[in-house]
Amino acid sequence: MASVLEVPSDTTFVSAGPMVPRPFVVKRFRKETDDTFTLELEPKEGRSRFVFGPGQFNMVYVYGVGEVPISISGSPSTPGLIHTTRAVGTVTKAMAKLKKGDIVGIRGPYGTTWPVKEARSHDVVIVAGGIGLPPLRGAIYEILSNRKDYGKVVLLYGVRTPADILFKDELEQWRARFDMEVFITVDRAVSEWRGNVGVVTTLISKAGFDPQNTIAMIVGPEVMMRFTALEFIKRSVKPDSIYLSMERNMKCGIGLCGHCQFGPMFVCKDGPVFRYTQIKDLLVKWEI
Amino acid sequence: METLERILGQHPFFKDLGPDYLQLVTGCASNVRFEQDTFIFREGEEANQFYLIREGRVALQVFSPERGHITVETLGEGDILGWSWLIPPYNWHFDAKALDLTRAIALDGKCLRRKCEEDHHLGYEILKRFAHIIEQRLESTRLQLLDLYGVRS
Amino acid sequence: MSTLMTYRIEHDALNELIQELRKEKYNVIGPTPRGEAIVLDEITSALELPIGKTDEQSPAQYHLKDRTDKAYFGFSAGPHSWKKYLFPPILRLVTASGNGSDLQISDDASKPNEEEKYALFGVRACDLSAIHIQDQVFGDGTYKDPAYLRVRNQAFIVAVNCTRAGGTCFCSSVRTGPRARVGFDLALSEVIDNEHYFIVEVGTERGEKVMSSVSRRPAGDTEMEKADRLIRAAAQLTGRSLEPDNTREILYQNTEHPRWDVVAARCLSCANCTMVCPTCFCATVEDTTDLTGTEAQRTRKWDSCFTMDFSYIHGGSVRPSARGRYRHWLTHKLASWVDQFGTIGCVGCGRCITWCPVGIDITEEFRVIRETYLMTSRVSSTKEATHGNS
Repeated sequence: MASVLEVPSDTTFVSAGPMVPRPFVVKRFRKETDDTFTLELEPKEGRSRFVFGPGQFNMVYVYGVGEVPISISGSPSTPGLIHTTRAVGTVTKAMAKLKKGDIVGIRGPYGTTWPVKEARSHDVVIVAGGIGLPPLRGAIYEILSNRKDYGKVVLLYGVRTPADILFKDELEQWRARFDMEVFITVDRAVSEWRGNVGVVTTLISKAGFDPQNTIAMIVGPEVMMRFTALEFIKRSVKPDSIYLSMERNMKCGIGLCGHCQFGPMFVCKDGPVFRYTQIKDLLVKWEI
Repeated sequence: METLERILGQHPFFKDLGPDYLQLVTGCASNVRFEQDTFIFREGEEANQFYLIREGRVALQVFSPERGHITVETLGEGDILGWSWLIPPYNWHFDAKALDLTRAIALDGKCLRRKCEEDHHLGYEILKRFAHIIEQRLESTRLQLLDLYGVRS
Repeated sequence: MSTLMTYRIEHDALNELIQELRKEKYNVIGPTPRGEAIVLDEITSALELPIGKTDEQSPAQYHLKDRTDKAYFGFSAGPHSWKKYLFPPILRLVTASGNGSDLQISDDASKPNEEEKYALFGVRACDLSAIHIQDQVFGDGTYKDPAYLRVRNQAFIVAVNCTRAGGTCFCSSVRTGPRARVGFDLALSEVIDNEHYFIVEVGTERGEKVMSSVSRRPAGDTEMEKADRLIRAAAQLTGRSLEPDNTREILYQNTEHPRWDVVAARCLSCANCTMVCPTCFCATVEDTTDLTGTEAQRTRKWDSCFTMDFSYIHGGSVRPSARGRYRHWLTHKLASWVDQFGTIGCVGCGRCITWCPVGIDITEEFRVIRETYLMTSRVSSTKEATHGNS
């Protein structure tokens, strides 16, 4: 987290109004799966370091099309800005057509971060469902760059089909490490698939963590997060050691537009990363 | 047999079963081993065992002429494989294939069924444990059915 | 200046005050009759105020009527609120020009313009509270709205104490009125008996400076008392009330109350209540390009939690039912607003009741749920008492 708290010399700051995007240049566009892609961005002007904490998001503006909140999927301690997302709406579909040299607008970083500092000396179990892996990647990088400070580190990753697995090479590298365990499971297998089949919650029993001393970080569809949190609690993980990242409609990202309200919370500024105990009652109230 | 009893006793499935019953269950247990890519059981065969997987991974599969072998769920270390031995007409509903070299403890279902019939208290203890396993599988199947990661349109 | 003065001005000196504000380069905004309603707009003289006009308001009803006197402020809150000026319904945030690889972005919302130096003339106590609530929303968080703060900080506020209770308002129960207590430059109380004059309470030095050029004299005790009596009488006459205490407990414990279904069956999700509400602050951002595609604009527009799009995340709306949306609105107004900003978000102006096309009454909806809450807490405390005795 040092990189987040201290301000390195290669940092630029935004001085304009909070609703004014700053131009960033697409340095690289990479297709990840059929409908997901990664953008590597650099500020058009100023220095390349983008200071953020793992779990935070940016409002990404595509010229004339619109702006959407997208979590940052890169490492907090390396230059540049990385976003990985799925083309599902008007704006993300336009993003999927960007190419090297194109400009996008960036506002951020916004929101709360993963408790990577509090997690020190704990076992860390990271659970990602589908497109939930990118928001967790920054936390994984932070933990791995201070690996000796943590107990067991386990990544449990569930996706729809084998073709939907993101960051395959990186997952292989992580899996090859002796100090990290990676379990992947798919909901629907094809006949060539020799890996795990079943929902991500079934992996929790395989993770072998010390429940009394574990921090869990979860991102995925809300239903998946609810069941995952319950599975951890069933295994005696403390409810306030479970963290999850929420998604809501956002128009401003800074607590002014009202769209992301979740009970009394503004997901954009009180979240997106919440302690499970903060929101567990809201999670089971429909249409809150 | 002594080590088998110890292994069974330490498994969460048999937790708090009591020494007498544990001994009884151990009497129906044996160590088994399946080479990679061999079938542990096949759909339609008589179901006279269940397995406590100690090592390796097992795929529960259905064969479809159009799509080949489709894995619906994989099980691994510590998991319980099979409950068709409990429910008449005692036939397997899926194929179970060892994905890796798999070692397990097989429990003789015929033997256990008989003991459960003789002693309903034991029967209740076993059934309660299987109800829990079935509940877990049902819940994950339901989640799987929701297809949560798919793009809604 | 240590003590702030209270003056008496004659009714015809009101125009002097307006002219003085105009001389100070204020764009004076005040109530004025337009069509069948009293709205807020730029005024250049006191003659444009709704002299001798009043309104009759009830759920889903608003009618302009003539008064028997020549009162300037003998009416209640109309369809407009002052947020229209401080938090404009449409605001251009950003203009971006260029093409794919070159993008020039201009920060339009941060650019001041001459028109926005407003004197808000005739702000009722409820609306003054609403402004303070929006100050919290836009100016008190980590991120502030620069456009709001710029307009707000230079706005001159002339408050008017209510001497007449409206048909749908309930300020005294939520403790926001009918008297304006803080946050004004000047506060007027209109008195009509055999004379027609105003008591002018000065709230700031800026207010004193403006008053110095208006025909005035220090107010006498009897005159002030007369004004006080009228204000107190208005407080007694408000026909509705909303009990503002324990709103969080009451609503958080009743998210599944059957009343939500009852109100949802009436609610048209038209969003009128949120548009007329002086505290509702939700906004959306729209992106457009010109026909040639060389210039793109980002525009902020008022939005409403009653629309389906409001909570849309890929594939669906978080609040697809009218029940969910009405519950969200009311619960936000009266309960989660307290968590977010320290007060309830309702000032009792009654606009949402008057302008709801089917006449849904926030005080009535809340009262029903509150009664259930009181009943259940009575039942559970009785049970506890019984247990205690046994």
